[in-house]
Amino acid sequence: MRPNNKIFFSVLTLLLVLVLIAAIAFGAVRILPAEMLSALVHWFKSENTQSIYENVFLQLRLPRVMLCAITGAILAVSGVLMQGLFRNPVVEPGLIGTSAGAAFGASIVFSLSPFMSPVFKSILGPFLVPVFAFVGGLAATYIVYSLAKNNKRVSILPLLLVGMAINAIGLSGVGLMTYIARDPQARSITFWNLGTFSGASWFQVWVTGIVAIICIFISFKQAKKLNVLLLGEQEAGYLGVEVNKLKTSILIVNTAMVSVATSFVGVIAFMGLIVPHVLRLLIGSDNRKLIPASILMGALLLTLADMGARLLLAPSEMPIGIITSIVGAPLYIFLLKKYQFNQNDL
Amino acid sequence: MITAVNISYNIGHKNILNTISLQFLPGICNLIIGPNGSGKSTLIKLLSGALENYKGEVTYDGEVNLKTFNKQALAASRAVLSQQTELSFPMLVEEVVLLGRNPHFEFNPGKKDIDIVHEVMALLDLHSFAKRNYQTLSGGEKQRVHYARVLAQIWEQPKGVHRYLFLDEPLNNLDIYYQQLFLSIAVSLLNENTTLIGVVHDINIALSYADQLYFLKEGALIKNGVPEKIVDAILLKSVFNIDTQIMAHPSTGKPIIIL
Repeated sequence: MRPNNKIFFSVLTLLLVLVLIAAIAFGAVRILPAEMLSALVHWFKSENTQSIYENVFLQLRLPRVMLCAITGAILAVSGVLMQGLFRNPVVEPGLIGTSAGAAFGASIVFSLSPFMSPVFKSILGPFLVPVFAFVGGLAATYIVYSLAKNNKRVSILPLLLVGMAINAIGLSGVGLMTYIARDPQARSITFWNLGTFSGASWFQVWVTGIVAIICIFISFKQAKKLNVLLLGEQEAGYLGVEVNKLKTSILIVNTAMVSVATSFVGVIAFMGLIVPHVLRLLIGSDNRKLIPASILMGALLLTLADMGARLLLAPSEMPIGIITSIVGAPLYIFLLKKYQFNQNDL
Repeated sequence: MITAVNISYNIGHKNILNTISLQFLPGICNLIIGPNGSGKSTLIKLLSGALENYKGEVTYDGEVNLKTFNKQALAASRAVLSQQTELSFPMLVEEVVLLGRNPHFEFNPGKKDIDIVHEVMALLDLHSFAKRNYQTLSGGEKQRVHYARVLAQIWEQPKGVHRYLFLDEPLNNLDIYYQQLFLSIAVSLLNENTTLIGVVHDINIALSYADQLYFLKEGALIKNGVPEKIVDAILLKSVFNIDTQIMAHPSTGKPIIIL
């Protein structure tokens, strides 16, 4: 029995708002709703504020929570897209190389920035990281995809195995880059491997947000075609879907948003596995509902996970990937176990 | 009407179809029969537009070359029931059937699409399955769902517009009741603008339904024509390598094969 759509989406939205407010409120410094409001009023009137609480809210907590929510939405939608594309529920960006490739691309910029300072300091400088991440993510995804493809068809076992290998290459590349980095600002290998939102800035919120809106909008427009693809490529072709065009556009859009998010927050595994799995149980496999619901639930769950990362070991903070992996890895094993027996291609 | 001229298809160096020319007329039941590996499914895929690297020409009514046929327009007028279709995610039966309406709506299905889905589900006794998870159905039930989906795709036929139905071994997994139902539904759709091409394995079913029968062996067309006129023990021996007796059906007079 499925819940009524309107009620389901309303409840999910309400929960998301509550979690966002809680995530802003709780932390090393407690911020009251009144302070949030007055800070927003000050910001709106372009006035400077002296209150430390308002500054923590505007410069630290708000960008962090927003970046986290946007990233959660990206990773969850990405899971829906990749699973729809590969017709398999055990695929997500952390498992088939996209995130690791993006992290490698981004870490190159950090390590090599001393050698390319004129470019790096130019106006395009800040965009070098997401652009390199996109190139890395696209290369990794493309390599995994073409190596796993056998006789025009992608089987899931080669996909996961090749994904593992490309992940290893991507992450050792990251390791090498952090090792040779001279820049004291270069990010640590833990950052890339397990992710964190501790460095969130407004610039990152804007870039990730705009990329997310564009990419998710484009993929939502393809939701009907993705539904038809559930029947397989041949049947989708019979129903008028130009499969290769659809696959290319989804892969590019998906890689773009995952890479940009990864370049700012590191590799966060398993989000793309957890959210679509739970949602399919609740509302079914219709991508026209699954994509919007994934935006909400991805944002909700990753924000919760980040709260956990900040609060569980307070005053110190742990990488968010630890929390998503603790929840996601067992689910991954469960899904592998469940699908290997009724899917002839695993 | 579908016309194929000198079509050949290879996979690697293996020749699957070898310079076949044939014509399928609308309004009659065209059935293809032949032993395993004779190229029947490949022929269906080629004629319906799923294969691209073939030699020769396939034209639909009005001299439309299949290779240049607009994909959307083709999908709105041509439906194919494939041998095997699996879904990797749970979906309701009515959702699967609705996928057949994909060529006819932009993003959300209209009332007409929903009505057609209900109509074809009723035709195949699927109304009590509407809210069931497709993945929990038996093989024969799944086949009925896909037939409903395929029928929904070309259900309405505006005046003067052609439509084409391909059935690739539609009777697999079906009990004898649904075997009869499947073919009689297909035949009931026929008119001067509807072309039906099917592949069946059961030779007696083929003989009793076919208006034109096509015998395929090793990628070549051995013989085609009206069953009563072309089927004899020699032909069946040469195509299937079996010894048979042929009788006339007591009421229809059509041939029946006895081993």
